[in-house]
Amino acid sequence: MAIKSYLAHPHSGQKEKLINELLALKNCEIIPAENKDVIILVTDTESDSDDDILKQHIETFNSLKLLALVSGFNTPKNDL
Amino acid sequence: MSATLTSRRIFIKKMAATAAMTAAMTMFPGIIFASEQLAGISEGNLDWKKGPCRFCGVGCGILVGVENGKAVAVKGDPNSSVNKGLLCVKGYHQTMCIQASDRLTHALVKKNGKYVKTPINEALDLVARKMKSTIEKHGKDSVAMYTSGQSTIPEGYVASKLMKGAIGTNNLDCNARLCMASAVTGFLTSFGADEPMGCYEDIDHADYFITWGNNMAEMHPVLFSRMLEQKNNRGAKIIDFATRTTRSSTASNRSILFEPQTDLAVANAICYEIINNGWVNTKFVEDHTTFSKGLTKMGYGLEDNYSFTDKPTKINFAEYKKFLEDYTPEKVEKYSKVSAKDIKYLASIYGNPNKKVVSYWCMGMNQHTRGTWMNNLVYNIHLLTGKISQPGNGPFSLTGQPSACGTAREVGTFTHKLPHGVVTNRKDREMAARIWKVPVERIPAKPTYHATEMFRAVDRGDIKFIWTQVTNPLVSLPKTKRYTAGMKKDSCFVVVSDVFPTPTSDVADVILPASWHIEKSGLYGNSERRTQYWDKMVEGPGDTTPDAWMTIEVAKRMGYGDLFPYSKENHAEEIYNEYRQFHEGAKHGMAPLEVLKKESGVIWPYVNGKSTQWRFNSKYDPACDNGKDFHFYGKPDGKAVIWQRPYEPAAEFPDKEYPFWLNTGRVIEHWHTGSMTRRIPVLHKAMPHAYVEFHPDDAKALSIRDGENVKVISRRGECVLPASINKRGLPTKGQVFVPFFDENMMINDVTLDAFCPISKEPDYKKCAVKIQKA
Ligand code: SF4
Repeated sequence: MAIKSYLAHPHSGQKEKLINELLALKNCEIIPAENKDVIILVTDTESDSDDDILKQHIETFNSLKLLALVSGFNTPKNDL
Repeated sequence: MSATLTSRRIFIKKMAATAAMTAAMTMFPGIIFASEQLAGISEGNLDWKKGPCRFCGVGCGILVGVENGKAVAVKGDPNSSVNKGLLCVKGYHQTMCIQASDRLTHALVKKNGKYVKTPINEALDLVARKMKSTIEKHGKDSVAMYTSGQSTIPEGYVASKLMKGAIGTNNLDCNARLCMASAVTGFLTSFGADEPMGCYEDIDHADYFITWGNNMAEMHPVLFSRMLEQKNNRGAKIIDFATRTTRSSTASNRSILFEPQTDLAVANAICYEIINNGWVNTKFVEDHTTFSKGLTKMGYGLEDNYSFTDKPTKINFAEYKKFLEDYTPEKVEKYSKVSAKDIKYLASIYGNPNKKVVSYWCMGMNQHTRGTWMNNLVYNIHLLTGKISQPGNGPFSLTGQPSACGTAREVGTFTHKLPHGVVTNRKDREMAARIWKVPVERIPAKPTYHATEMFRAVDRGDIKFIWTQVTNPLVSLPKTKRYTAGMKKDSCFVVVSDVFPTPTSDVADVILPASWHIEKSGLYGNSERRTQYWDKMVEGPGDTTPDAWMTIEVAKRMGYGDLFPYSKENHAEEIYNEYRQFHEGAKHGMAPLEVLKKESGVIWPYVNGKSTQWRFNSKYDPACDNGKDFHFYGKPDGKAVIWQRPYEPAAEFPDKEYPFWLNTGRVIEHWHTGSMTRRIPVLHKAMPHAYVEFHPDDAKALSIRDGENVKVISRRGECVLPASINKRGLPTKGQVFVPFFDENMMINDVTLDAFCPISKEPDYKKCAVKIQKA
């Protein structure tokens, strides 16, 4: 499994749009900042390849300015 | 999924979210998240143990979550004043390499060309036997140890005691020679005392941060985020002065680019402007400084057995002022490519008596064939303006490695050093002999090999036994090709102690399995003179053993047991208590272990139960006893030295045949040669291999596309890498940049082993290369 957290920075005025786009995704949880233009994004996928696909998909969002990785945990399933 | 699996998964997700929130809080002071998000982050059954981060010299405090004897999580220590709970991407993932499938868990001895798994005691017998027989046959100076700024304080201490006190050779040097030696010689020549006078709290007070050739956003990320916090909160300004546009440049208020090597000239031009505009703090200069000049045209150390000793001569202010006439902003802009306007702008910041300024630097100034001079020149700026040793005002040389200060510089694992002072000083030798309980005549008074020369001596066959600990020289040395070939020769018996296999262990005769950071107790000392202790947190696998204990076991087997009377369980503590005696007194007193066990690190000098945050300032430093406001007590006359140091060209520079500068360095994801971080999946995936950065105009002229493989060729070797255009960094036109973390793309086969003649630190930032399509 791959669990990662990012800071997602929206383009100016696009925070709500980005929140809605991220909320529509299955493997994402978000924590938007109340008073700043940044969203905490936590992704939780079954495998590295799923994780890659998800990240690539998120990066196509026009509302997204920058996706900065903060932490990632990649624990083999049998170690859980 | 079972209940346990679900809760583990939820826990990890909470950890990941917390890490991101902590990062966001530092980047956006005052940021608010809905309160329900912050509540209820369960910490499971974890036992959180404190220590310092394993990686860089910032020295962040970490808390390691241990469950059933395994390290399962890392978070920032909120009690650490260094990082206040924040970590960078490397910090969060540090323990994830411990269980790598190729971890060295047992000793390996090469027999008939093959590595054979060997009980640790037998391997240590062999190491001791070999070391002893080599000394008997070829003399004491035929054996050497090469250690690290990542060795703990006890590890460095016993290595020094074995080599200098027991065997009686100065053949001990360390990889901090490759990153910090110019900072040391800079401090010693200007102030007579090593290490920065200020501390990280300067960040909370400064109006300006001027970074000299230093990409702090990637190399000292937690400190950089503290600076960004001050930029956002108080309007503090960051000026990035560099040869390449980086993440630091784009986050700064101003980015000013200069031609490689001309930082020497620009620093002199700033001093010219300060004097010319009447911005000198005359009282400070008269009371607390003297002026000197040294030898020039020293060469670059390119030949074997090169030696140089500077001959300082006193000069006066008028002579210094005259010398600076060659460095008017108008003259310097012609070759530095920094406009006279920008030079004047930089000078006006330093010259403004109402603004507090901190200068930061690291490898850009230290890995420089005139590194000592460059350090002196930045000190000159701060001394002329009196902006030093006060909260928010000061020059601050950052370290790269987690204990380059604590171990390499303070314990003194350089050939010329002792735990207190230098081998050339009789009093220092006497102190070492007394504490070590050895005859003073046994400690030789002459330094022998610095890092580059040590590996040249291996290649020449002069060193016949070498033991490396916690370091990977066959990826990190410049012009590595020569030294790899040298280490493979039968003339030298090679012992490598490490946690993972590396290109260095690949050439070893014996590989010793070392404990990783949290599998042993230890102490590190960071950039701001902060000593941090940690207790062993988890058991290491197989026969893994702390490096200090392996050194002690070898010493005992060589017949020096009486000098190493430490216990296996408590050796780190016992060694630290012995070592502390070297630094007793107000100038360098170190905190007792009981204090270090409680606190998240303590800054030395630790005097009367208190840390000294700003040295040399009588308001804060009890060691000042000259009755004045400042006392540079490292120098016999109590005064700091302003040095006359000219601009001189680099050892090698672009020409028709090799038209590009090659600059090498690091990336945020990887720790130095990558032996640990490349085994952490998330970091490896984020930065899987090295690359060569081009300026887009150069790439266009060469018809090179992004991602295309190209050859970087110098007079010494070549390296094939994918091109990187307009991605993470942007070199100036005529320059390429390559990170050195990737052992499969050995850029150090291409670099030049020229070094600063005073510090002997190599220049990894400048040599000439040509580019071909691969
Ligand atoms: S900034 Fe340095 S010390 Fe802090 S977490 Fe990152 S690597 Fe570790």
